[in-house]
Amino acid sequence: MNKKKLLGTPYFIWSTLFILIPLGIVFYYGLTDESGAFTLNNVMAISSPGHAKSLWISLGLSLVSTLICLFLAYPLAMILCSGDHSLQTGFLSSKSNAAHKNIIVLIFILPMWMNFLLRTLAWQTLLEKTGVINNILAFLHLPALKIINTPYAIILGMVYNFLPFMVLPVYNSLIKIDPNVIHAARDLGANEFQVFTKITLPLTTPGIISGITMVFIPALTTFLISKLLGGGKILLIGNVIEEEFTQASNWHLGSGLSIVLMMFIIFNMVVSAVFDKDGKGGTL
Amino acid sequence: MIKNAIKRIYVAFIFIFLYAPIATLMILSFNASKTRAKWGGFTLTWYQALFLNEEIMQALFNTLLIALTASITATLIGTIACISIMNLKKYTRTIIIGITNIPMLNADIVTGISLMLLFISTGLRFGMGTILLSHITFCIPYVILNILPKMKQLNPYTYEAALDLGAGPVYGFMKVVFPEILPGILSGFLMAFTMSLDDFIITHFTKGAGADTLSTKIYTEVKKGIKPEMYALSTIIFLTVLLLLLLVNKSPSNTKNTTQ
Amino acid sequence: MNKILIDLKNINKSFDGQMVLDDLNLYIRENEFLTLLGPSGCGKTTTLRILGGFEMPDTGKVIFDGADITKLPPNKRQLNTVFQKYALFTHMTIAENIAFGLRIKNKSKSYIDDKIKYALKLVNLEGYEKRMPDSLSGGQQQRIAIARAIVNEPKVLLLDEPLGALDLKLRQDMQYELIRLKNELGITFIYVTHDQEEALTMSDTIVVMNQGYIQQIGTPEKIYNEPENAFIADFIGDSNIISSTMIEDKLVDILGTRFPCVDTGFGCNKPVDVVIRPEDVILSDPDRGRINGVVTHLIFKGVHYEMEVMAAGYEWLVHSTSMFPVGTKVGINVDPFNIQIMNKPASEDEEAVGINE
Repeated sequence: MNKKKLLGTPYFIWSTLFILIPLGIVFYYGLTDESGAFTLNNVMAISSPGHAKSLWISLGLSLVSTLICLFLAYPLAMILCSGDHSLQTGFLSSKSNAAHKNIIVLIFILPMWMNFLLRTLAWQTLLEKTGVINNILAFLHLPALKIINTPYAIILGMVYNFLPFMVLPVYNSLIKIDPNVIHAARDLGANEFQVFTKITLPLTTPGIISGITMVFIPALTTFLISKLLGGGKILLIGNVIEEEFTQASNWHLGSGLSIVLMMFIIFNMVVSAVFDKDGKGGTL
Repeated sequence: MIKNAIKRIYVAFIFIFLYAPIATLMILSFNASKTRAKWGGFTLTWYQALFLNEEIMQALFNTLLIALTASITATLIGTIACISIMNLKKYTRTIIIGITNIPMLNADIVTGISLMLLFISTGLRFGMGTILLSHITFCIPYVILNILPKMKQLNPYTYEAALDLGAGPVYGFMKVVFPEILPGILSGFLMAFTMSLDDFIITHFTKGAGADTLSTKIYTEVKKGIKPEMYALSTIIFLTVLLLLLLVNKSPSNTKNTTQ
Repeated sequence: MNKILIDLKNINKSFDGQMVLDDLNLYIRENEFLTLLGPSGCGKTTTLRILGGFEMPDTGKVIFDGADITKLPPNKRQLNTVFQKYALFTHMTIAENIAFGLRIKNKSKSYIDDKIKYALKLVNLEGYEKRMPDSLSGGQQQRIAIARAIVNEPKVLLLDEPLGALDLKLRQDMQYELIRLKNELGITFIYVTHDQEEALTMSDTIVVMNQGYIQQIGTPEKIYNEPENAFIADFIGDSNIISSTMIEDKLVDILGTRFPCVDTGFGCNKPVDVVIRPEDVILSDPDRGRINGVVTHLIFKGVHYEMEVMAAGYEWLVHSTSMFPVGTKVGINVDPFNIQIMNKPASEDEEAVGINE
């Protein structure tokens, strides 16, 4: 038995060296000033007008993006599930079920093989004043879309990049529901709407929560999407931190703001832990 | 019927949303005009130029080298770690899995800067080495979280049965446990490889001046304007992966049909 | 005789071009315990799902209490189902599970509370209101599934292999429990199972199904003692099924020896199948029976001995309370009324239906 435990040693050392210690360093820098003395100034710097504004914009945009992702993804996941033949007839093997699931996952993973930056940049081409979308709109005699370099473009970029992280956990939690549970609710007199609110929605809550986490955190902390689609005019909290490290070289301030960011992440994790007590949340 | 039509249109809408930028990039790779804004006619120039562009080829080589090395190393460390994690007491196991979750749940930017600060304080030279260390770090969790569920599903008696029948621990593991968790290992490896290939943020903070991956190369090109060769390269990579996936997905379903 | 409550008329159903039910006709009386019995894939579950409203027949009608309910959605039907593997709502407490149907119907709180109490008492799980389904054993979950269904006072309770996931002892206990419940509630039970013992123990009427066809409908005694074909005889308990010739009324040639029997109307010198239950084979000293044989296998089964006797080229399965060691020469005798004569399948097609499982 002890031998087996020893097998984990390389990983335990690795995770200490490259996960725990680096985080410790961030906390060290964030809570000290240049002379090495303890201070909360770097963390409190979040309340300065410029930083606070960035944080609010980040929170606002990522919240909106997360909600849009949820409202786009949930119906989609339901359609994908109902398209699953085995659910309707209960007759197909679990093998074809798994194959179907694989294809769904692939459709949403596949775009990742096209570079993230290029994909996002492609939206510039699509959204430009004389871009593809506006040409189509003009052809249909509709007013032109002027969202490039605005917060709307950033939201679009967030939704575009993180939608798969909402679809997959919701889909996973939907597909796990025993069709007989739905049938039982119908059998006991529930109509389709009641089945949704009383059975489907509560049973997929863990998936929704894990989807929200997986969209909200990268959206909250991104600096690329705002840079590529926001035209450099909109500074998110991610941009502020990035610049502290790459341009201003104020590691103490950058680390302090990172600690603030992590507090939001931890807050989000606590909330999801409350909603998902059994740890049943579907991941990728 | 109308309900079905609405469903189809909705799925098609999302599908277009996801794949429109990809289609755009593919079209741009055949665009004779150098700017993204105008269509200047069909050309294959960029595909020829691509292979002569040493910077891009070097970045591609770096990207593939790092993705492959990082995902293989992560798969090895992760798989072995899983065996040990399963044998830990519940309390220790929870802590280890919690630590494993950190790079997945934490913001990439924080992971990036934390590793950067580590490398600076240890005086490590930035370059391929630091990128590789960072990539292995964020790849391992994907491997572990893919294998652990398979390990939990394992019937513990099969391994004991193998030992009972005279197998040594290593032989027993390779013959009985390994085949069962292989799907988890493979999907973990693939996910790690994908994540490494697509990563920009962590690489951005840990690369230093010399080494570039495709992501960071594209990032430096954003301001000057992306070279059309990049579109050509992305198109090639995407189509290759698509083809491979189609082949992989086709073959098992064929064998399934013949066995029935 | 009670009046007919449910009438299935000319039901056809296929999935992906595969015929699952072929022109099925069946009626079910009020207050009847009817069991659909057959191997997996015989169409019994599909029949139940059509009754529950989860499946629409391709053609045919479902008549309930005189009204056509073929197209009625499940939530509008006066029947409730106890599902395979329970299908409890894991995110609700036991009380919420049981209250589900009643809350949908907007019953008053006091009515619902009374019903929960009554239902839990009925299934012997008083005091379990606050528990979550996951914390209950399989047998307890099963009882909750039944409680959840019956509080809605359905006219018919559909049970889809409800005891399949329980262990043997619990299964036997639940069989008695179900009979008691049915008698207390005074409603119709339609029960699906592949377990012949369950079917024989509980049912008023058994419907034996195979490959989408009804093979025989009858009381448990009738199905057991007078199976209509080799499939049923083989499916319901062990039996000796021997290809024989009907010489004339009340006389059959089994393996070259003439046996008197009680069946008539099969014609003269017609090939038939003969079914003899192993407990109906009487062993005696050699030359005192109609055929002589040698005991080839012997197993002690607790209630009786199980033996195999090689006689006239056929291995006879015999259950007996007296023991004959392996190698003993014995005589075989069968009482005329224990010889069950069945028609041979008319065509190969029908034979395939009868023999393949």
